[in-house]
Amino acid sequence: MIDNIGFILGTTLMYATPLIFAALGGVISENSGVVNIGLEGMMTLGALMGATVGYFTGNPWLGLMCAGLAGGFLAVLHAIASVTFEADQVVSGIAINFLGPGIALFLSRIFFEGATMTKSIDLDSKMPRPLDGIFAQNSFFDLVLNQYATVYIAFILVFIIWYMLYKTKLGLRIRAVGEHPKAADTLGINIYKIRYLSVILSGIFAGFGGASMSLAVVSNFRPTLISGQGFIALAAMIFGKWKPQGAMWACLLFGAAQGLVVFLGGTAVEISSQILAMLPYIITLVILVGFVGKSAGPAASGVPYEKGER
Amino acid sequence: MKSKKNSLKEMLLSGNLMITVVSILLGIIVGAIVLKIAGYSPIEAYTVMLKGIFGKPKYMAYTIIYATPLIMTGLSVAFAFKTGLFNIGAEGQFIIGALVATVVGYFVKLPIGLHAIVVFVAAITAAGLWGGIAGYLKAKFGVHEVIATIMLNWIALYLSNYVIMLEGFKRPNSEASYKIWDTATIGILEKWRYTDPGRMWFKAHPVLQSIFKTPVNLGIICAILLAVVVWFILNKTTLGYELRAVGSNKHAAEYGGINVNKSMIISMTIAGALAGAAGALQVMGVSKQVAILAAMEGYGFDGIAVSLIGSNGAFGCVFAGILFGALKYGGPKIQSAMGAPSEVVSIVMGTIVFFIAMPKFIKMILTVGKRKEVK
Repeated sequence: MIDNIGFILGTTLMYATPLIFAALGGVISENSGVVNIGLEGMMTLGALMGATVGYFTGNPWLGLMCAGLAGGFLAVLHAIASVTFEADQVVSGIAINFLGPGIALFLSRIFFEGATMTKSIDLDSKMPRPLDGIFAQNSFFDLVLNQYATVYIAFILVFIIWYMLYKTKLGLRIRAVGEHPKAADTLGINIYKIRYLSVILSGIFAGFGGASMSLAVVSNFRPTLISGQGFIALAAMIFGKWKPQGAMWACLLFGAAQGLVVFLGGTAVEISSQILAMLPYIITLVILVGFVGKSAGPAASGVPYEKGER
Repeated sequence: MKSKKNSLKEMLLSGNLMITVVSILLGIIVGAIVLKIAGYSPIEAYTVMLKGIFGKPKYMAYTIIYATPLIMTGLSVAFAFKTGLFNIGAEGQFIIGALVATVVGYFVKLPIGLHAIVVFVAAITAAGLWGGIAGYLKAKFGVHEVIATIMLNWIALYLSNYVIMLEGFKRPNSEASYKIWDTATIGILEKWRYTDPGRMWFKAHPVLQSIFKTPVNLGIICAILLAVVVWFILNKTTLGYELRAVGSNKHAAEYGGINVNKSMIISMTIAGALAGAAGALQVMGVSKQVAILAAMEGYGFDGIAVSLIGSNGAFGCVFAGILFGALKYGGPKIQSAMGAPSEVVSIVMGTIVFFIAMPKFIKMILTVGKRKEVK
């Protein structure tokens, strides 16, 4: 029994990780006032880059870095459109969601002789598990805590982003820009710079999220690998009220649902995995209905800022 | 969110065709550059695509078949847009439409003609209700429709998979449902073309023979009719006036005595019905069944692009749908013909949408161009 719980908790952590990365990206971008619906596309390109670089170099860390760069590259496009050219941020995000998977599959076909699925990274070149061998194999703690490095990084990042947003001057500026850009401008904050920085960071995190899928959860990239996780991350961010810690809890909830699906798939319990898979989305809707009013995003989120606007 | 939507609306309602045309050109150019960098000849690739679209009557028929659902999901997104709502849920509404069409097409037995109508009405009603949920949640609880529809997309996907796997509906040894009865299909001359007189007749008419090698169906006619209906509702009826009023200024509309909440629910319901029509006609005309899905098929997302490229106009959606359908059908041919990745189509589409998102940039390019002309 306790082992089963351990297995579910461990699986939860593993599946929540890619979501946490991407959701943190969403948090930071939206706090600066830019809606990033393109997380999905950024994750997909990140996943491809991570798996490709990981495969060719045998170095998962390099893969992770390149995934971040790839996500960041798409984010630059999103930033140019939505910050400099005052584009509709949702539409620009939709464009990113076409471009990300498009570029990812395009590159995959070029790097892997026309295949949209990258070759598997061998076990030694996958994300390492820093706590491997510390606990007895398949004991409760082993099942829960013996995770890929990306899992720990994600949780550390939650803390870092929380600290950055609420305890540093930069964080204050980001939130000021997202809440009241005119006032921030008056105080001499460079809104464009802050928004560029936040959007690019969000892309980098989304890229990490994609890579934590393709370098840890599985060991290659395939077209359906990300399928919707960027959107789930977006929901988690809103669910978590635009706060890093809130988003983290929401991601854990989504991860737990996934963990249950995996667990029940391996047992004789007769609950349709399809019904279970539906649960997180239904819960999100129910909670959104219940929490309305209390949960409001940054005031200027989604609003392009034009210098000199009154 | 408000002023953002207004700026987009201004650009779309002003009917700035130039922006769309320039965006499409830029998309094609970026596609060419990407192909060139990857070491393929863009001219050859685009030639292959054009030949793959216009080369044979059969190809053109396929292009239309590919375009049909996209026109309707595009109409769905465009319709909601006019009320100031962003319907990202066309995907889920499509799935519900397809599912209900198959259920009614298989379990219900009715005479030919009547059956198809019943299937269609049932499917668009269900999908309309599905879309209406998002409108209701927005109106009553203030849940943002983008989030609600994203959630509903996934719920629809898993719900559909669940229903398909139920005993009595799932075709044994397959990942799909049973096929709908012939009485519920909308294929044209489907059976007759394989009878002896049918074969003789088609032999004498090679162009038609080529066209009828494809699953030609009444879907495109329905799609165009729906475009007319959408245009009529939006521009010629009181309802349409109210919906558009809510879209252009919610507060003014409310002050003018329009029930904003009711309008949002109605708008999302009609949008859902339109996307559901796409799913239903796809089943009735092409697939005849629904299959278990591992991921979204993308009809709804493609619909967003179609709506944007079509400037959210009903007839714009028809043209944009055909453009997208052509790219989706002709694009993959560069894969077999020259080994070039067909995903360049997604890149072209993404680029077009990207530039459509920033009219300010396009206007800048255009004014720079004009200044040069003056000199």
